Amino acid sequence: MVPVLLISFIPLVRGIYIGFTDYELGGQISFSGLENYRIMLQDRFFWRSMGVGFLWTTVVTALQISLGLILALLLNQGLRWTSLYSVLMLVPWAMPPIVRGLMWRQIYSPDTGALNLILTQMGLIDAPINWLTSFEWAIPAIIVAGVWGEIPKAALFFLAGLKTIPGSLYEAAELDGASAFRQFRHITLPMMKPIMAAVVSLSFMWNFNAFGLIWILTQGGPGGLTRLPMLAAYEEAFRYGYVGYAAAIGNVMVIIISLFLFFYLRVQLKERTS
Amino acid sequence: MQISKLLASRSLKRRIGNLLMHGLILTFLLYLLFPLIWMISTSFKTTAEIYSGIPSLIPKVFTGEHYLTVFQEERLLKSIANSLYVGIITAIIVVMISLPAAYALSRYKTAVNKVVMGWILTSQIFPAILIMIPLFLVLRSLHLTDTLSGLVLVYVVWDIPFVLWMLQGYVKEIPIELEEAAAIDGASQTQIIYKIIMPLLLPAIGAAVLFAFISAWNEFFFALVLLKSPDLSTLPVELARYTGIEGQSRTGPLAAASFIATIPSIVLFAILRKWFSSGALQGAVKG
Repeated sequence: MVPVLLISFIPLVRGIYIGFTDYELGGQISFSGLENYRIMLQDRFFWRSMGVGFLWTTVVTALQISLGLILALLLNQGLRWTSLYSVLMLVPWAMPPIVRGLMWRQIYSPDTGALNLILTQMGLIDAPINWLTSFEWAIPAIIVAGVWGEIPKAALFFLAGLKTIPGSLYEAAELDGASAFRQFRHITLPMMKPIMAAVVSLSFMWNFNAFGLIWILTQGGPGGLTRLPMLAAYEEAFRYGYVGYAAAIGNVMVIIISLFLFFYLRVQLKERTS
Repeated sequence: MQISKLLASRSLKRRIGNLLMHGLILTFLLYLLFPLIWMISTSFKTTAEIYSGIPSLIPKVFTGEHYLTVFQEERLLKSIANSLYVGIITAIIVVMISLPAAYALSRYKTAVNKVVMGWILTSQIFPAILIMIPLFLVLRSLHLTDTLSGLVLVYVVWDIPFVLWMLQGYVKEIPIELEEAAAIDGASQTQIIYKIIMPLLLPAIGAAVLFAFISAWNEFFFALVLLKSPDLSTLPVELARYTGIEGQSRTGPLAAASFIATIPSIVLFAILRKWFSSGALQGAVKG
């Protein structure tokens, strides 16, 4: 048991430590204290990637949670064909991340992409737009693709959660004449709180650490506009060789995620006890 | 009068409501399924039709030429072989390590177990870069960067926590009374494990093997960092490289290759769905 623990634990501890060294690829590892973090404070590119990382993470998480919840509610109404719908909705989740990226690249492609072709046919645009290299459209484009891939997971969790709410609660509310909206507010939402907390926390972590999809879609472009924190860390380490600095970025990411979880879960727990 | 009465009736209201809900679900599905449908459709279109500038979901002429191209490109074929190799070896090693660990984890409740379970959950917080850098340095000192064995090693480290978690859930569901009964009948510990536990765990082992295989088959970041020689590329890395050299003839074959890359996931997904619907997930989220 212990060796298994160590196999994944030791590299991580070493990774965190490297974030406090000035290690460059091929050089010596020597402790440099907080030097990396001092450099970071003045690193314009670092701040930009954190900014876009935040924007991406909050928007994608918020959209996937709300859309996932709506979809789960719809699938929980006992409509006909529900089981077929529930299988089909999982399709994006079953795709390898790299293929998700390639599919969306195809859709956004300026000359053969579905989006441009359809918009042109409908007469909404005159000239094809190069979505992924445009400063205006690159961020919305990656967000639409990102949300698309995350809805199934959220909906699946919510659906499992909805199934655990006892039907008798709704029957009682029905007898008391509560409207559907009130039932949702006062039964569904409170009962879903623990799952909501879990899905929001996990989604925030996963989205903040996103890499593959964005790498395929934009490689961080245009002009570093979509360079999420993981892309920044990857480039620092394996393109420029600043391994110590890249690990430092990784450490900052861990701190940001931990802070988010700490505050978010504290608010959630407080609400539950009051 | 009649009509207004009819409109007011509950059943009609409900029908309209249901229709509306079906419509909403179908809108969701359009968003969720369209990219896949478009990719499959592209993979069967002739190159001329792809570039015709007219959007169509069903190809005017079905052609298998892009699939043929894929199977004639040596590098793509090689990358499929590499991915298969890495996936299979990873799956075998991961399960061989995780199985005894999972058994110990769910049968002997010690303080260590709590730490391990806590660790598996918290490890989700750490970005892949923090694991990749130290592993990269270790592999470099062993001269294992840019080798498939090095990649397998990384995948083993990366996959173990989740597979362990998955397997221990299954072991927990096997009633301990079964083992006790066997022990009373005089079975030895090894007999109990091989004759009783193993057969019961076979479906779980199958699921774990498949999961480990797919996660290696799909993985991109570690492979991108470690593999530099074109000969060693796994399928995701090769596909990414393929997009870099986009040209007239590439769109079709790329769609075909992407579709091929999706097949193992679809198989896993069909199997895992049973696992989900069997209530394993419900149990996991209830607590």
